[in-house]
Amino acid sequence: MTILTEQKAKQLLTKVIGFSKADEVECNLDGQVGGNIRYARNTVSTAGEQSDLVLAVQSTFGKRTGVATINEFDDASLQKVVERSEELAKLAPENPEYMPLFGEQKYLKSNTFFDTTANVTPADRAQAADDSIQPSIKNKLTASGFLEETVGFSAIMNNKGLFAYNQASNVDFSVTIRTNDGKGSGWVTRDYSDYKLLDTQQASAIAMQKAMDSVEAKELEPGKYTVILEPAASVGLLGNMMNAFDQRSADEGRSFLSNKLKEGEKGPKNKLGQKMFDERVNVYSDPQHDIAPSAPFAGNGHALQRMDWIKDGVIANMPNTPFWAKKSDNDYVPEPNAYVMEGGDESLEDMIKNTRRGILVTRLWYIRSLDPQTLLYTGLTRDGTFYIENGKIKYPIKNFRFNESPIVMLNNIEALGKPQRINGSMVPPMKIRDFTFSSLSDAV
Amino acid sequence: MQRRDFIKLGGVGMGALTLPLSGVAVSAEQLLDKPMDVAYKKKLADIALNAAKAKGATYADARIGRYLNQFVTTQERVVDNIVNTESAGIGIRVIANGTWGFASTSNMTPDSIAKTAEQAVAVAMANSKFQTAPVKLAPVKGVGDVSWQTPIKKNAFEVPIKDKVDLLLSVNDAALTNGANYIRSILFLVNEQKYFASTDGSYIDQDVHRLWAPFFATAVGKNGFKQRAALGNPVGMGFEYLDGREEDKIKIAGAGIGYKNSYDMVEDAAAAGKQLQAKLKARSVEPGKYDLVLDPAHLMLTIHESVGHPLELDRVLGYEANYAGTSFATLDKWRSGKFQYGSEMVNLFADKTQEGSLGNVAYDDEGVKTKDWDLVKDGILVNYQATRDQVHMIDQKESHGCCYSQSWRDVQFQRMPNVSLKPNEKDISAEDVIKDVENGIYIAGRGSYSIDQQRYNFQFGGQLFFEIKDGKITEQIEDVAYQSNTQQFWNSCAQLAGKSDYRLGGSFFDGKGQPSQVSAVSHGCPTTRFNNINVINTARNV
Repeated sequence: MTILTEQKAKQLLTKVIGFSKADEVECNLDGQVGGNIRYARNTVSTAGEQSDLVLAVQSTFGKRTGVATINEFDDASLQKVVERSEELAKLAPENPEYMPLFGEQKYLKSNTFFDTTANVTPADRAQAADDSIQPSIKNKLTASGFLEETVGFSAIMNNKGLFAYNQASNVDFSVTIRTNDGKGSGWVTRDYSDYKLLDTQQASAIAMQKAMDSVEAKELEPGKYTVILEPAASVGLLGNMMNAFDQRSADEGRSFLSNKLKEGEKGPKNKLGQKMFDERVNVYSDPQHDIAPSAPFAGNGHALQRMDWIKDGVIANMPNTPFWAKKSDNDYVPEPNAYVMEGGDESLEDMIKNTRRGILVTRLWYIRSLDPQTLLYTGLTRDGTFYIENGKIKYPIKNFRFNESPIVMLNNIEALGKPQRINGSMVPPMKIRDFTFSSLSDAV
Repeated sequence: MQRRDFIKLGGVGMGALTLPLSGVAVSAEQLLDKPMDVAYKKKLADIALNAAKAKGATYADARIGRYLNQFVTTQERVVDNIVNTESAGIGIRVIANGTWGFASTSNMTPDSIAKTAEQAVAVAMANSKFQTAPVKLAPVKGVGDVSWQTPIKKNAFEVPIKDKVDLLLSVNDAALTNGANYIRSILFLVNEQKYFASTDGSYIDQDVHRLWAPFFATAVGKNGFKQRAALGNPVGMGFEYLDGREEDKIKIAGAGIGYKNSYDMVEDAAAAGKQLQAKLKARSVEPGKYDLVLDPAHLMLTIHESVGHPLELDRVLGYEANYAGTSFATLDKWRSGKFQYGSEMVNLFADKTQEGSLGNVAYDDEGVKTKDWDLVKDGILVNYQATRDQVHMIDQKESHGCCYSQSWRDVQFQRMPNVSLKPNEKDISAEDVIKDVENGIYIAGRGSYSIDQQRYNFQFGGQLFFEIKDGKITEQIEDVAYQSNTQQFWNSCAQLAGKSDYRLGGSFFDGKGQPSQVSAVSHGCPTTRFNNINVINTARNV
């Protein structure tokens, strides 16, 4: 019952729309099943399975809107949820920014669902955890990890002719492996749509090696260094920057994408079409991407196409809302579900080999904004930070706090490696010059 | 957590704050429906406990929960959203073969509950293959049938929607007419109706209320923009917190107003508008060493990050290693009895009993009576925060009562209780603390915060910064953040205000665990001085 076929979802939503008396009605139906296993101190700590199916109904009279949701699906419950949303709509004040719903859309076909992920059993999860734990025990190390897989569908229908349906599967794995004396720590993460690509033993071997290699870390003075950021290290800064892409806040003067106009000066309010980064920076979204596919529609059912966001270092597009698009006389640009940053062909190993002096960063942690107008962020390196000299990792170094902006990062590119999937997006390893570390941390 | 369980608020200063919104949205009047009869809850809980025991569980507890939320969000002159949610179900936790097992369901028929209990036992049995040491529970004596309610004066769920909308739009108007260009204001209301039963013989019915009313205002100037968030706090109180009584206002000459047991949100928004204009013109701080005077609405977060988290026993032991991290406050440091966490005047305590605090309950989510205890006494590390299955690892026999789950659906585990800094026994004021400072900065409100995974190195910003020269606040400054090391920082604590200045701050959505769960926690403290702290300038040209 939790995962409905396209036909069953359509039948159910058609019935719900039939109960509506509102001017406009939109229904979202989402189902998901999943399981997880968590381990620490080389033993399983918790495990569980969840499944859920939820229907949300948004009813609108004029510009008054109400939303209600339910997880019961008999006719009386369906009728009740429609009535509740209509009652709330009548209580709500008018929203002057309300925009009419979209009509019928044409969607790309995405490749987001894999049976292999749908067929994972508790025994598979236990085995995957054991494959990660046993090598650690053998090497006198301590493993703590988490594996979670989900399979779900999403369907949207409104009374203007729109119907969207997509199934997706996802598996996330991460493990921290520490030396028993607490002096070394390594970490790795993997995410796939297809469970069969996950090899927890192989992934854990990387974390194990980093743990063993990171003991007896030396201190380097804080300052500006050339760094090689693994994808897990740069994805946080890049993701924060892409989340800040928004036309409205740019037009209103409260974004790093705002143009600072002098009083009385005329010109574009935002930086659309302006070069802000190194010309090797290209970021786009593509629901049909081979390795990081994503749903071909936005939360309101509008179709998503391949879209450039940064092209040759130039701001190519900014997401907006239907209201802001109309107000600013622009096309509606929906937010994508995942990003792809292009890179080169070099592997991480090649990038290290081609580095005379630098620092390899496994991941960045506790990233927080310091200044939204310069996108200055702070945070720390974690779980494997190494000094590189003449193409080789020379020794582990103590963790640093950084204070840096992704705008600076994407202007100081020395090299980009082969992109890897991380958190559902594609990010290359990046070699960056003059990356700012502001202080040392004793944390391992 | 599943993506659809969250609403996203792209608010000023919040980045894109995601809020847990699990549950079924219902109309306002339905939130006031009578909760399920206690006798019926007891019958359902007994079905769960008996089914678990019949399948071989040596211990079982059942939590029947009805969780109500109401969120009202506005920006400038527009109400964005009014959302009511309700979520009800049962979570059953068991020990079988010396191993924990857990299962939950929203289907509350007797048959479904019995099956869920059996599923929990099956999970325990399956996981016991990988268990290296059996679970050891600290004993708890059953308390029979008891009940408790957050001491509220005005049930926030009974306040008409119109009054809430009017309040938030007045807040927005106050900010916009005093210098802000944009503002987002929000009301979060939470009511947890929790029934706990265990094979120890406890049947505990609790009705817990919490409230948070933040705003985030922005002003745009010729050379950029500035932001200012509300100085009110999330609380374990009813709507009376928003009465803004005069006796709860603490005035600091040259720096504005702090709020104690109630909050004047409109007044704070008006101040925010003016302070935003001052921020646009303010001098950028000269980096260097300063004596810092930290107001409670700011220091609460420093306590949370540098004392609350590192003294969670599950972090110390390594159970959170793959997510939030471990802790510098290791068992050997605690066992030495000499670890100088802070200066001698630093006394930090934990509790879930302070009235008005977010952690306030009579019993935790595994039926342990709540209490208060010392964490750091006269500067020395003396204890941690632990649950029933952990205290034996620190040679103690009684749980601290720190178990919590965000809903019936999720398994309960160790969560931070209120962690607070004791005020000076001499009842001196915040202004008394400021008057002895020659070259310092007074910081108010919580800002950017970042700390490493073992809680050594941290960097904190704030909402408002004022220069102190020769004991007086002189001017508003900008771009301030301080970097320090936890032990160094607390050992530089040089003065505390007294109990009249003691205020509770808090965190409404503190995240921990995999899958991640949120909890709400308060931190009480007076205005406090820390000497010779490294201040950096966060302005940068890009």
